[in-house]
Amino acid sequence: MIDNDILERVLAEGLRTGADFAEVFASDWRGTGVGLDDGKIEQLSTGRNRGAGIRVIAGDTTGFAHTADLSEAGLMAAARVAAEAARQGGGGTKVIALTTQPSRIVSPIKIDPSTIGKAAKVDLLRRVDDAARSAGGAISQVSAGYSDGRTRIVIANSDGLVAHDERVRTLLRVSAVANGDAGMQTGFDSLGHTMGFELFDKVQVEDVARAAAGRALTKLKARPAPSGSLPVVIKAGSGGVLFHEACGHGLEADLVAKGASVYKGKVGELVASPLVTLVDDGTMTHEWGAIAIDDEGHPSQYNVLIENGVLTDYMWDYLRARKEGRPQSGNGRRQSYKDLPMVRMTNTYVLNGEEDPTDIIKDTPNGVYVAHLGGGSVNTATGDFVFGMTEAYLIENGEITEPLREGNLIGNGPQVLRDIDRLGNDFAMGNPGTCGKDGQGVPVGDGQPTLRVKSMTIGGTAS
Amino acid sequence: MSTPDRSGELLTIAERVVAMAKPGEQVEAYVSRGLSTEVRVYEGEVEHFVSAQSEGIGIRVIRDGRTGTSYCGTLDPSQIAEVLAEARDNLGYGEPDEWSGLAEPDGVAVVPQSLWDDSLENTTTARKIELAKLLEKLTLAGDSRVRVDDSNYSDAFGEAAVATTTGIRVAGRENGCYLSVGTLADDGDETQTGFGFAVGRNVEELDLERAAREAVDRATRLLGATKPESRRITVVLDPFVTAQFLSIIGGTLNGESVVKGRSLFANRIGEAVANPLLTLVDDPTNPLAYTATDIDGEGLAARRNALIQDGVLQKFVQSSYSARRMGMAPTGNGLRGGYGGSPSAGCLALQIVPGLRSQAEIVAGIDDGILIQQVQGLHSGVNAVSGDFSTGAAGLLIKNGTVGAPVREFTIASTLQKMLLDIAEVGGDLEWLPMSATGVSLVIHDVTMSGA
Repeated sequence: MIDNDILERVLAEGLRTGADFAEVFASDWRGTGVGLDDGKIEQLSTGRNRGAGIRVIAGDTTGFAHTADLSEAGLMAAARVAAEAARQGGGGTKVIALTTQPSRIVSPIKIDPSTIGKAAKVDLLRRVDDAARSAGGAISQVSAGYSDGRTRIVIANSDGLVAHDERVRTLLRVSAVANGDAGMQTGFDSLGHTMGFELFDKVQVEDVARAAAGRALTKLKARPAPSGSLPVVIKAGSGGVLFHEACGHGLEADLVAKGASVYKGKVGELVASPLVTLVDDGTMTHEWGAIAIDDEGHPSQYNVLIENGVLTDYMWDYLRARKEGRPQSGNGRRQSYKDLPMVRMTNTYVLNGEEDPTDIIKDTPNGVYVAHLGGGSVNTATGDFVFGMTEAYLIENGEITEPLREGNLIGNGPQVLRDIDRLGNDFAMGNPGTCGKDGQGVPVGDGQPTLRVKSMTIGGTAS
Repeated sequence: MSTPDRSGELLTIAERVVAMAKPGEQVEAYVSRGLSTEVRVYEGEVEHFVSAQSEGIGIRVIRDGRTGTSYCGTLDPSQIAEVLAEARDNLGYGEPDEWSGLAEPDGVAVVPQSLWDDSLENTTTARKIELAKLLEKLTLAGDSRVRVDDSNYSDAFGEAAVATTTGIRVAGRENGCYLSVGTLADDGDETQTGFGFAVGRNVEELDLERAAREAVDRATRLLGATKPESRRITVVLDPFVTAQFLSIIGGTLNGESVVKGRSLFANRIGEAVANPLLTLVDDPTNPLAYTATDIDGEGLAARRNALIQDGVLQKFVQSSYSARRMGMAPTGNGLRGGYGGSPSAGCLALQIVPGLRSQAEIVAGIDDGILIQQVQGLHSGVNAVSGDFSTGAAGLLIKNGTVGAPVREFTIASTLQKMLLDIAEVGGDLEWLPMSATGVSLVIHDVTMSGA
């Protein structure tokens, strides 16, 4: 995308005002999106966004500018703006010699979606519409989206690093509405992987459509969720967002450094039930949050965050690792070339326990079984978090019984981690997610085996 | 120094694309360009300074009811030709829809707005940094228990143009600035968080004292908060919370969700859907609204639309597509998320007609209730199709007419349909907030609080 000798000159320009670090992050994204709604392919859209963000760090100050102009002149102009923004007196020249890093592949791509005809992508959605509508006469509306994107990335910095990467992600989303006597209900499901079009050789889109339609149909018979505290059993592969919110964000070193995390100063301490081992793993092949290198050029890693309940480490980006004089952990990510990198999660999951999940349900006299979760959010400083249940049931006398209407669950991260009292042996990854922080969204994955939280507050309306 | 309006250049680019339409084609080109600055200060030093420029073009082509779109993040002429060719190719894969089409001029006059202030253009970088530093200092001075997470100054200018083969040709520009501060308040082992903000068309309009005061107050007022008992209760929503609630209600009053069978309120025009105390309008022509605008994303004049009058449903907001399909007049509510997106119907600037009393007067009349000062998880706990409403919340208990103990880590739940009918009072404390809805204190009866 950009020659090394141009990158060297641009980085040198970035350092001209006396900064101690300069970085170029250039990307070229091309993608296709198809939308189906109301029984029709509404439109097919293709797009391209490319450009470069230039970061210059002088002491504790970061200057950043970006440009859609990848010519040498365009890059130099952006470098000057970034350098000016980070001006630290002094000045001088520094020669930069770049060494290209060996390329690394975490998620090999078999079929680049850009080589697949648009008609094949449209056909996937037609199949989704048919399958969702055939799931039940009460299905009154279906919308679905297909999207794929390929991003080529070049990252170079004044420490001499040049790294290249190519990322391909493919996503299918299905949303269904069912209409019954008591009004409308919705169901959603999605499928997304760091993978090419071969995704659809492995997974039948009809299954995704039926899962979405099934959720809407199930809820037609649902009664209001309980209000108050109850034991909660979370199905394997549906509750990773709990860990993402309950502690993942609180383990991001930038938030910890500012004292905005309840986990500050807790490394080496027991912060969760000894059943819990939590990992953030950017190397998990083909998962939605998988990356070969992070957006600062550092190889992705398998990082153990909590081991048998004990906090072992936080997640790190370049800036925070440099301040602490420790290695990065491959968690420096950004939404696009227009954004500064921050500490972000990749695929965050809880390792398997030993129990048969059916025993966990059987041993729960009364509670709520959550089979599918929506989004969530957390206040990292207090640890208070919420997440939405989009498919849930009552547990009565150790059996899953009636479906429940939607609602939020609320808890406090450290408390909920300690209250995990049962852990299954049926690990599964969940739906692809987009994690938002400081206005930037990045693709993330999550997973866990079936587990039970002794007590959580369920935000329904039934007493 | 006054900066010339260069949005005409964008219109020229858009018109050039439209001129390339082939017989039988409808073509729309949307062109935008923007520049923004962001300064973040931490502990008296600049943590980062971001200078961001963006530009792009989105093209829609419609032929025989089929739509294709394409976009790219540059205004390079060779790329634009490729975008048009792509959009044309893409329409071959869309399915015919008899109502598809572009907006057409409907004769509604544009209400001119002052969306541009030259003085912001002339604000120096040093002054921007100084403002963020000053906000941090003022906030820290407010209370010894308070720390500042980050103090930010940002400003942005944007210009855009739309041209179509149906006769739309509009261009405009706007700018504005924004200050925000995030706070942490500590008491022993406990930490609570808050934030404050100020907005303006120029830096003189930014009220730093108020932003600092609110950031301190939001973080400290929850210290010592406990988890309340579960029960049904009367809630008073703070104006900031009401604005978020109204945005959700606005999302359900949308012609596109009606025609696609996803609206709670389909077929209910003329019916009482809310307590008669509620009158809700969408009025982007009111210059006090943060999201005030003169034209919508499809190039039609923005206008005042009464959606709910004295509790009775009057109207849905429409894009040109949904208006055509419902056989209704356009309402000028085509929303556009930048050059990469297609327009869709949405509210532009929701306003609730205020009542008479202050929040203190309202609270004085409540024996047992809760003042909700913040909500968390509206995106995950509210379903605008089924109407289920459940959100994390924090606030102050109200006992015998006075606010008392802070509470947190609980939810409030009901349904959107029921909450509208359960509105018991609309406050007179109208606040213009930096979002697409205004706030007032709003009293709602019979909401379920779930806690311990």
